[in-house]
Amino acid sequence: MNLAALFFYLFAGLTVAAAFMVIAAKNPVHSVLFLILAFVNAAGLFMLAGAEFLAMILVVVYVGAVAVLFLFVVMMLDVDFAELRQGFLQYLPVGALVGVVFLVELLLVVGTWVTGPGVQSAIRSPIPPLQQANNTQALGRVLYTTYVHFFELAGIVLLVAMIGAIVLTLRHKEGVKRQNVSRQLARTPATSIEIRKVRPGQGI
Amino acid sequence: MIDLFWIYVFPILIIALQSIGLLTALLLFIAYVLYADRKIWAAVQMRRGPNVVGPWGLLQSFADFIKFVLKEPVIPAGANKGVFLLAPFISCVLALAAWAVIPLNAGWAVADINVGILYIFAISSLSVYGIIMGGWASNSKYPFLAALRSAAQMVSYEVSIGFVIITVLLCVGSLNLSKIVQAQAGPLGLFQWFWLPLFPMFVIFFVSALAETNRPPFDLVEAESELVAGFMVEYSSTPYLLFMLGEYVAIMTMCAMGTILFLGGWLPPFPIPPFTWVPGVVWFVLKLSFMFFLFSMVKAIVPRYRYDQLMRLGWKVFLPVTLVMVVVVAGVLQLTGLAPK
Repeated sequence: MNLAALFFYLFAGLTVAAAFMVIAAKNPVHSVLFLILAFVNAAGLFMLAGAEFLAMILVVVYVGAVAVLFLFVVMMLDVDFAELRQGFLQYLPVGALVGVVFLVELLLVVGTWVTGPGVQSAIRSPIPPLQQANNTQALGRVLYTTYVHFFELAGIVLLVAMIGAIVLTLRHKEGVKRQNVSRQLARTPATSIEIRKVRPGQGI
Repeated sequence: MIDLFWIYVFPILIIALQSIGLLTALLLFIAYVLYADRKIWAAVQMRRGPNVVGPWGLLQSFADFIKFVLKEPVIPAGANKGVFLLAPFISCVLALAAWAVIPLNAGWAVADINVGILYIFAISSLSVYGIIMGGWASNSKYPFLAALRSAAQMVSYEVSIGFVIITVLLCVGSLNLSKIVQAQAGPLGLFQWFWLPLFPMFVIFFVSALAETNRPPFDLVEAESELVAGFMVEYSSTPYLLFMLGEYVAIMTMCAMGTILFLGGWLPPFPIPPFTWVPGVVWFVLKLSFMFFLFSMVKAIVPRYRYDQLMRLGWKVFLPVTLVMVVVVAGVLQLTGLAPK
């Protein structure tokens, strides 16, 4: 009995079960919570593979940020699932087709991984052995030396997406009072207060 | 069979015993942290604070604990029962789980993992789920509003905490918490801890930690004057106790993170004999208490922020400042050749 194998089956089983519950759960909020469970178990799988940095980043980015936004949206939308289920049979062929295509692509990727002649050496070559550099250092070296251009390119793509999202949602409504902090701070008694003497019995 | 015992069962037993010991010590410490919080708050407001249960009120937290456990838990009729009960457990268990990697002394961590600081960061970014789930499952307006507010608040301040951590990591060259502490050791003692060279980041970390743990002045999550008690309105007895415990454990985790990142962890303030005779764990607890004293003084002194001010501070002040500091620190380290190899 190998303890690592035991934990692998535990995490893998929970991941698959949670992933199934994502589509099987009646309540959409429960679906998102199961999705989070699947993410966390996937992080456990990464941990078992010795990729501790990836495991932690998966938790920080996907569970800590992306899934929070999912949960936000799902909670705010009042989705009636019975209504959504109505067209189930109608969309089944399209859904099945997409699923099959995805499965075939995944199998092709895994297939080349196993059968491709140069793949193994190409993957391993830039990484120093574990005694010299730990997981995080090895990843950093590869990302910032060999693949620095791809890395920067990915960063630019994200930046463009972010600017696009901001531009799409940024609206300046007329007639809405906005707080301008620097203007507030620039106010002095001389510019904002006027002292007048008011005689009794007379207004200003 | 004997091999199996020595290879698998024995290490697990050791880890379990270590964890139980650490958790017991932590929970006892938190009982008195709660007491200290109330006493400090009372002292600032010229009240006496808890003073009835036990001598000087020292047993107040235990009396509160017994009261919470013995009361009846009320579950609202429209609540989503499973999620409603799961939420306090998640927030409490996650907060406690972060302590697995915190080194109390040289080599005194239950798990001294390579990515320790990332682990704490990940766990603290998960703690938002306890609040969202609790707020949603209560099936009530105020908890839901509070949950939405807190989710936005915690996600925003995580960003600046992340950048603060990155500046420290640039100076250390490792994600391991013990190595972060060791990198601050030196002949200058407390002037070599990172709070001085990275002073603006220490301030930003402290303020972000207040916001991340929903402490006043950023306690908009439970702002009692507008949201009753925030996401905890519908909770009573033990589930409520778990939420509150989770909150205080998270505060202690943030204090421990501040101690390790900026105040030199278990290192003595001066590396000369009278100070080095004191065990490291004592220094660690003293620094932890100091950080918590700052937390509770802020609670007593500073008035609550408005929600838009809080968001402005997070996104328009802290995010640009920390981002620029990451670039500046990296540049200085590179140009002066101080960067860790």
